[in-house]
Amino acid sequence: MAIGLEHFLILSAVLFAIGLYGVLAKRNVVVILMSIEIMLSAVNIAMVAFSRYGQFITGQVFVIFIMVVAAAEAAVGLALIIAIYRRRKTVDADKFDLMKW
Amino acid sequence: MPSELVLAIFLLPFFSFAIISFIIRPFFNHRPLLSWYVTIAAIGTSLVLSIWALIAVSGAPHHVLEMPNYEWVAIGDTVIYVGVTVDALAAAMLIVVTVVSLMVQIYSRGYMKGDGGLCRYFAFMSLFTGSMLGLVLADNLLFLFLFWEGVGLCSYLLIGFWYHKPEAARAAMKAFLVTRLGDFGFLAAILLLYTKTGTFDIGELQNLALAGAIGSTALTWAAIGIFSGAVGKSAQFPLHTWLPDAMEGPTPVSALIHAATMVAAGVYLVARMFPVFVSSTTAITTVAIIGGFTAIFAASMGLVMNDIKRVLAYSTISQLGYMMLGLGAVGVGVSSGAISLEAGLALGVAVGIFHLFTHAFFKSLLFLGAGSVSHATETFDMREMGGLRKAMPWTFIMFVIASLSLAGIWPLAGFWSKEGILAESLHYVPVLFYLAIITVFMTAFYMFRVIFLTFGGEYRGQAHGNHGLHESPLVMLLPMGVLTVLAVVAGFLGVNEFLGGESHSFFGALTHSLAWTSLIWAAGGIFLAYAIYGAKWLSAASLRQRFAPIYTLLSRKYWFDELYERLFLMRFLIDGFFAVLHWFDDHIIDGAVNGIAGGTVAAGSVVRKLETGQLQAYGLAIFIGILVIVAFVFIFN
Repeated sequence: MAIGLEHFLILSAVLFAIGLYGVLAKRNVVVILMSIEIMLSAVNIAMVAFSRYGQFITGQVFVIFIMVVAAAEAAVGLALIIAIYRRRKTVDADKFDLMKW
Repeated sequence: MPSELVLAIFLLPFFSFAIISFIIRPFFNHRPLLSWYVTIAAIGTSLVLSIWALIAVSGAPHHVLEMPNYEWVAIGDTVIYVGVTVDALAAAMLIVVTVVSLMVQIYSRGYMKGDGGLCRYFAFMSLFTGSMLGLVLADNLLFLFLFWEGVGLCSYLLIGFWYHKPEAARAAMKAFLVTRLGDFGFLAAILLLYTKTGTFDIGELQNLALAGAIGSTALTWAAIGIFSGAVGKSAQFPLHTWLPDAMEGPTPVSALIHAATMVAAGVYLVARMFPVFVSSTTAITTVAIIGGFTAIFAASMGLVMNDIKRVLAYSTISQLGYMMLGLGAVGVGVSSGAISLEAGLALGVAVGIFHLFTHAFFKSLLFLGAGSVSHATETFDMREMGGLRKAMPWTFIMFVIASLSLAGIWPLAGFWSKEGILAESLHYVPVLFYLAIITVFMTAFYMFRVIFLTFGGEYRGQAHGNHGLHESPLVMLLPMGVLTVLAVVAGFLGVNEFLGGESHSFFGALTHSLAWTSLIWAAGGIFLAYAIYGAKWLSAASLRQRFAPIYTLLSRKYWFDELYERLFLMRFLIDGFFAVLHWFDDHIIDGAVNGIAGGTVAAGSVVRKLETGQLQAYGLAIFIGILVIVAFVFIFN
């Protein structure tokens, strides 16, 4: 069985779904952040796959950018979580209801 | 006559108004007499030009001068032209307005001496004269309406000239509002005529009305609407209440605006639109009835007034009613076919306007006389006067001549014009003739009541004994003298024939039984006044007691002020109609606005519960939203 584009895309979709589930369902903010990273990776896989099979170099260039942004985002996100933890003594997303009316 | 000079007749006083307002008042206010000179120069020139126009008209074919039209407003394809028309009617009116205005302006110098607002006074007087002359010359209903409102504005400004007096301010407002009621009908009629015919031009409208090109219902309504404007302006019943109160203004203003010219504008308007009125039997009958009724109705109130100017004011209303009756009577004759159309049109205008012409002179003279009297006694209350014939002989003589003229005594001016009206009303509407002949009696009575109370007997005033009483200065007596001459001779200057009326020979008039009838009634009135107030054979006080209910009815002016103010204004309008509007505003309009706001707040308080602040819930919603959009795109694309 030859590995084709659809296999990469299925992998990407599965990873994205796992990430989305984590973002929407998990309580722990650190886990949510990790799930976001998974979703970004899923996107990266799809990009690279399209780039490889479609002969466009642009996709791979963008993946580099996304990884850079993801690293920065992870750093900023973790810093925010630490800041919130210091004030609220919790990392439970349900307790973060400051935007409520 | 060049058309520019005709335009100058009414533009000059406007020019004078501008000079006084923008140059003299701001920069030379310490020399207010400058404004007098400017006014006199402007109106004097207008008078000369008016005389020229009169001469030109009498030499012109059909007594009409052809004048160019000017484009005024262009709205899309609709162009409104304005222009002036000079025919016999306009020329006669020009003479009336310029002569009386000039005399009143000269007189004002003496009467208004020392008043702080002289510049303002002469500015308004110029503005008024210009508007009035424009009204007379306009050949277009819309243009005429502009000046019509202009004279109304000046009337307001001049009644309220002493605006620090609350009664004056109130009277000004009353005059403005009451006439506005009539003007509303006038404007509606103008618009109705325009929608039916597509023109504002008076000449065209006259021809269309005579040709029967306007539907009879529309024509009747239009004529009634125009007449309602005339009723307001000429203080006819039932809009007569403003004119007596308008006497709060300076006396020369009363003489010019509220006796001779502006109040006559209503009569002029009916005369100008006479073919329209004649084409509708209903409308012309209304004119005759309102005129005849107003004549006797106003005269009856004049019988008991104690304020000399108010007697004159009711007399003015009554005489304006006469003019309307004259127009209406001939019009009824025309529409019933008793007189041919062509002859009737000329005759009606001649009868009505001839009385307007003579009345302007003797009535303004009477007002100037009343002003002269109050100049000496500092009051208008006749109970505070008496015996003034010794101190003011000139005023006395001129006042008596004017009163005789008003009473219709041969051979003074009033006799000739009043005879015309009496003759025509006897001919075509006999019922109204009987009202008119009783009015002749009343007119003679109240005028001589004024004379005996003011000039007869002994001085009753407390102000400053007989020594303080003095004859008015020459600058006041001179214009009165000119008007006296006119009050005597205006009847046989040929104005009636010029306007198209029947001519009478000087002594020939006395061969008619009608002339003797009216002379006897007038003499009866004079005699009764002498019996009560001169010789005191009958005691005024005991008569007053015997006829107490009638006296109260008359002196309270039939309770019309109360009817209008208490009942109509307070009960019907303020408590009724306006209260409903207020309720509507409070509950429906405000209710709608507040309801929308309240509903939004209520909806917000429900919907905001959805905002949990849970990021994950928002994320889920976004996700589901995206799924829905994607599904939507797949299904429908």
